[in-house]
Order: sequence, then structure tokens, then C-alpha cells
Amino acid sequence: MATATAHHGAHPTGISRWLFTTNHKDIGTLYLWLALILFFVGGAMALVIRAELFEPGMQIVDPHFFNQMTTMHALIMVFGVVMPAFVGFANWQIPMMIGAPDMALPRMNNWSFWILPFAFVLLSSTLFMQDQGGAPSAGWTLYPPLTIQGGIGTDFAILSIHMLGISSVLGAINVIATILNMRAPGMTLMKMPLFVWTWLITAFLLLAVMPVFAGAVTMLLTDRHFGTSFFDAAGGGDPLLFQHIFWFFGHPEVYILILPAFGIVSQIIPTFARKPLFGYNSMVYATASIAFLSFVVWAHHMFTVGLPLAGELFFMYATMLIAVPTGVKVFNWITTMWRGSMTFETPMLFAVAFVFLFTIGGLSGLMLAIVPADFQYHDTYFVVAHFHYVLVSGAIFAILGGAYYWLPKWTGHMYNETLGKWHFWLTVIGFNIAFFPQHFLGLAGMPRRIPDYALQFTEFNQWSTVGAFLLGFAQLLFLYLVVQTIRSGKKASTQVWDGAKGLEWTLPSPPPYHTFATAPKVK
Amino acid sequence: MSTAHGNYYLPNPSPWPIIISFGLFFLALGAVLTINSLGAGPWLMLVGTAIVAYIIARWFGQVIGESEGGIYNKQVDRSFRWGMAWFIFSEVMFFAAFFGALFYVRQFSVPWIGETELLWPGFDAAWPTAGPKGPMAITPDTVAGANQFSPMGAWGIPAINTLILLSSGATVTWAHWGLLKDNRAQLITGLFLTIALGIIFLALQIYEYIHAYTELGLTLKAGVYGATFFMLTGFHGFHVTLGVIMLTVILGRSLKGHFRSDHHFGFEAVAWYWHFVDVVWLFLFIFVYWL
Repeated sequence: MATATAHHGAHPTGISRWLFTTNHKDIGTLYLWLALILFFVGGAMALVIRAELFEPGMQIVDPHFFNQMTTMHALIMVFGVVMPAFVGFANWQIPMMIGAPDMALPRMNNWSFWILPFAFVLLSSTLFMQDQGGAPSAGWTLYPPLTIQGGIGTDFAILSIHMLGISSVLGAINVIATILNMRAPGMTLMKMPLFVWTWLITAFLLLAVMPVFAGAVTMLLTDRHFGTSFFDAAGGGDPLLFQHIFWFFGHPEVYILILPAFGIVSQIIPTFARKPLFGYNSMVYATASIAFLSFVVWAHHMFTVGLPLAGELFFMYATMLIAVPTGVKVFNWITTMWRGSMTFETPMLFAVAFVFLFTIGGLSGLMLAIVPADFQYHDTYFVVAHFHYVLVSGAIFAILGGAYYWLPKWTGHMYNETLGKWHFWLTVIGFNIAFFPQHFLGLAGMPRRIPDYALQFTEFNQWSTVGAFLLGFAQLLFLYLVVQTIRSGKKASTQVWDGAKGLEWTLPSPPPYHTFATAPKVK
Repeated sequence: MSTAHGNYYLPNPSPWPIIISFGLFFLALGAVLTINSLGAGPWLMLVGTAIVAYIIARWFGQVIGESEGGIYNKQVDRSFRWGMAWFIFSEVMFFAAFFGALFYVRQFSVPWIGETELLWPGFDAAWPTAGPKGPMAITPDTVAGANQFSPMGAWGIPAINTLILLSSGATVTWAHWGLLKDNRAQLITGLFLTIALGIIFLALQIYEYIHAYTELGLTLKAGVYGATFFMLTGFHGFHVTLGVIMLTVILGRSLKGHFRSDHHFGFEAVAWYWHFVDVVWLFLFIFVYWL
């Protein structure tokens, strides 16, 4: 046991602490900073898009660069912001919530993180190759035949996706091994905090679909460079084949982006309602049902490609079925708040906004699930509005809420509540001004991913751009707030929030470098 | 479930992950440059591969040293087991993507292309096919002329290879029994036989590929048949190669006296992996070669 003891003294400093670390808290911090940095990169790209769309006609960028922006914005926000942020939360929280000394495989944990910066250097470098065709520009969905024709940027995107896939698979393996093998005695599966449950299921989804995505982009690569005909009808293949494989990955992927958000919100709401989570068991079963259903609904992204009628009907009904477990979740969050003794600190504000706005996104999703209606909505701004309601006011709001919720625990300092509330209100107002009008634009027929539009769409687009800039610049306040909390701020207590329950709140704020070296007893 | 935490081995900070990430980066960058015929590509790939191979050797070497040093308890062992099991699951899903592509083209896209006379008049939508613009399919295992290809028949080399891989699954299990009974000779003989069978399989596979390219007109470019055939069997062959390397490491460790009847996760992980490539091959034999 000599080495194990030596380890507990080891606390390297300087840059090598971050490069070589095997500590779940350090690795969690790395993931969260990477996500925050890329949040501003991806956000800047969104503002380029919105600036161009402020007026009809071409003003700021050429159409090809506009396409690069829509593609890169999505790739960075999905793979560089939301996913790493959730893995950051998982790293910090899962060991502390289940009473484990660290993640199960600490060296591999470090590797999962350090692949990411390299992958994003590879992906982003394409922006500086404008003479060779620039960044990938066929949309994040990478549909052939457009991707087959793209320049070298597409190859960079494919190889960086392979690296992101390796990172995700290794990270997911670590999360599963940690949850299944490292729980403190007495921490049975059905006593685990819901955040841990949602991550267990998310990790399973990652392992099931990231390799499929790797397979899909590998086929793209061989079609592009080695003469295969997977997506070429002249050789007996089919471009639609790519869409099927992509969305077999893509739909579970969107739940990978939302299930941990469900988990975070399910931690925050009971704390500030000062009541246990309503319907814990049904929350677990609902999460599992959503994950299962995510594998059999992929073609609802393809209703207009000419699927056989039986296919359209199956995927329509299966998709609508998801509303049932999702409804269970929304019901449980609201019922948790019912007659609670509620207070509205910043994490709770984000959680409540999440419940409202995510539900709007869920309902517009239900509209999109209806095949004949989707024929009208498909590839319009209605779809853009829908997925930003689930991904921004869903995933991102949960991430921000979670950051406020656990930041005092992680840093040992309280954040500035007044500034936090300012950040919340500017974000929620900016968000709704940016994205609510896009529903109307879409219903009126404005197509997505096009840099120009007909005159009658001008006013809503101007609102949307103003809202987007408000939303974007409000996030600088968050950056300031995080830095301020780390460097100064009032000392946080062990309990932090008086209604908070769970093992992490039994640890000092900030927790020591190594926690739960001896497992706690869970009753 | 969870037992004494106090003894769970937590490794010290390690330089391997960041260095191997550099290696992966060079490998990926080199690959992009190479397929676009740009200067330094192959060299970058070489550097990347060297770094990755070196770090894998060092990293595994360290883990083996820690394991033989007796600092892994049962709980650490379980973490490795979960890790390997789920890693194999992710590999299964990688193959599933290519099998899915095969089933889709056979069931949907090829019949649909043949359905209308407007798009590709005269196209016979029968499997195997290289599509309306690809070379014509002729009888399996016959020498192909210009603009023809001959699909790979099931009952020649592929059937022999099936027997070889199934036997190798048996020999690796026999080796495992040897390890469990502390019969080192049986362990080493079993591993040696498994590796030999794996190498014979790969040799036959290489012979089959050369035959396909030189005589059957069957290449990666032979439409969707060639694409699915070579990508599925090629990735499988790559995994068999990895398996042979892993088995060789295990053989070397066995010769050095590593493993005990109650402590040999490294052996089991490789055996699991070997059974996994075996099962994938059975699906390949049925759906790629036979049906």
C-alpha cells in the first residue's frame, strides 16, 4: 500500500499539475474551463450568423463563410461546450455524490480530457485555411453528397470527430465503471442522486452511439478518398444511408445533451423547494425510457426524404411516445415545487426557467413529430427555434444553474447573488427575444442555413439579432462572476444551501484535494 | 458491491495521457495531409504512430508492473472488468454501423435503384452488385474480365477461416483452464496455438485480398459490394491483428511467470477480446460471404 499512501501526499503544482493530473476535481475543472472557453468561441460564431441576418441581402460575410459559421457553431457547441461541461460536472460531482475516492480509472480520465483540446485545434485550424475551402460548411449533420464535395476542411472535421469519439467513449467507460463499482457501502442504485442516475444512462448512450458516428464519418472519408460507394447511387449506395446512420447516432446524441441537464435540475429544485424530489423512482424509470426510445425515433429527422408510409407512421408514433416519460419528469419537477418553501437564488431561477422553456421546446418538438405538419416545418427556422429551446434553455441553462449551485462547494466562495440575478435575467430575456420570433419566421417559411431572406422576414430577424447579442454579451458577466467567485467572495459554509441534501454537502467548501479516501456510511 | 475503499489504488499524476494525445494529434493531422497528397503527411503519421506505440508500451508496462506488484485489490480489478466489457460493447456498435450499412443497401437502396426504369434503365437489382455504373457481377470465385467483378464465395478460404477462428476460441479457453489449474505448460501451449491460428487466419485473409484484387476484379472501388466487403472484413482483420498483438503480450507475460489462478485480469480481457473478434467473424461469414 506504499504507493497509495504516497499518492495522498502528491499534490503537484504549476503547469504539470494540470497536464499530468489524475485527480477527478482537477480534471473536472479542466473540462469546465474548456467548455467555457469554447462557449465564447461558438457564441461568437452565432453572433456572426445573427449579424449577417440582421438585414436581408448580403452585408458582412460571403455565403460560403456563413455556411462555415453555421457548421462550426453547431459542432463546437455540441461537442465542445455542452458535452465537456457535463463531463466536467460528472468528474467533480459523481465521486463526491457516491462517496468514492476518485473516478475508477484516473489516468484514463486525464486522457479523455486531453484528447479534446487537440481535437478542437484540428477542427478550428480549418478556419485559417480559407484558400483551401476553409472550415467544414455542409452543416454539422455532414450530409452527403455535399460533404463528399467539400474541401480539406471536411477531412479535418472527420478526423477530429474520430478523436472526440475516442474521448467520449473513454469518458463514458470511466463514468460507468465509477458508478457501478465505486459507490460507498449502503449507496444502493435506487439511493443514488438523480444526477448520478442520469449520467449512468448517458454514458450507456455514449457507448452505444459514438462508435456508430465514427463508422458513419469513416464511410464519408472512404467515399471521399478511397473510391467506395456507400453514399453513391451509381455504385449501388444511397446518400440517405448516411442520414439513417447519422441520426441513429444523432437522436441519442441529443439526449446525451439533455439527460445530465435533467439530473442537474433534479438536484437543484428539491434544494430550493426544501422538499425531497417528488417521484424519485418514476424519474429513474422515465430517464431510462427516454434513453430506450431514443434508439427507435431517428427517422423523424428525415420525414421529408421520401420514407415509405409505414416508416413515417412508425417514427411519428414512437417519437410522440417520448412525450410520456418527459411529461412525467416535468410533472415531478412541478410537484416537487408544489407547496415547497421556495426561495429563488440564481441556481433555482435557472432551474425554474429550464422547466418552463424546455417544456416549450418539448412541445414544439411534438409539433415537429407530426409527419404532415413536419412537411411544412422541416428545415425552417421553426426547427432552429425548437432545438435552441431544448439546447440553450435546456442544456445550457442547466449547466449555468448547476455552476451557480456547486461553485460555492468547488471554490469555497459564494458568488455575488446580485450579479447572478442580473446574469439570469439578461440571459433569459435575451434568449427569448433571440429565439421566440424564430418560431414565427419558421412557420412563415424562412429556411434555415441561408444567409439571405425575403423582405417580409426582416422585423423578426432584427428582434432575433438584438436578442442574440444581449444573450451573448450577458455571458461575459458570467465569466466575470466566475473569476470573481474564485478569487474573492464570501466564505461558503459546508452546507452552502440550507435545503441541500447529499454526500457532497458533508464535505468542507472547498473540499480537500482527496475526498472519501475512507468510504462514508450511507444509511 | 463496493468494499473497503481505503485500499483502492489511485495512481500518481502521469505524463502518458498528454503525450499520447500529442501522438494522436500527429496521426490525425498526418492522415488528413496524406489523403490529400500534401507534403509532410506520411512523416507526421509515422511520428504519431511511433509516439502512440511507445506510450502504449510504457503505459501498459506501468500497469503490468503495478498489477504484479500486488497493489490492485479486488475492487480495482472490477473497475478494469467493467472498463473492458464496455469497451468491447462500443466496438460492437462500431461494427454495427457497417453491418447496418450492408443490410440497408441490400434491403432498400439496391431494390429502390432497380425499381424505376427512368433513372437507371436495364439495371438488374440483384445482390451482389456494384451498382448501375459499377462493374458487372459474375459467378463467385471466377476470373473477372474487364468491367466485371466476381464476389467472394463462402465455401473456400472463408469457411476454412471460420474453422480456424472457432478453433482458436477453443484453444484460448483451454489455455485459460491451464491457468486456472496452475498448469503453466497448458497455458503457454494454448496461447501459442491461439496466436498461430490467428496468424494463419490473417495470412489466408491477405491471400484472399490479393486474389480478389488481381483475379476477381473485386476491389474497394467495386461499388457497394466492394465497399461493404472490404470495410467489414478489413476492420475485422485489423481487430484480429490487434488481438494477435495482445495475445503475444500475454504469452510473453506468461513466459515471464506473470498471472496467478486468482489474479489474471489481463489474460481474461484479451480472451474476451478474442471471443469478440470471433463472434464478429461469424456474422461476417453469414452475411458477407454466405447469404
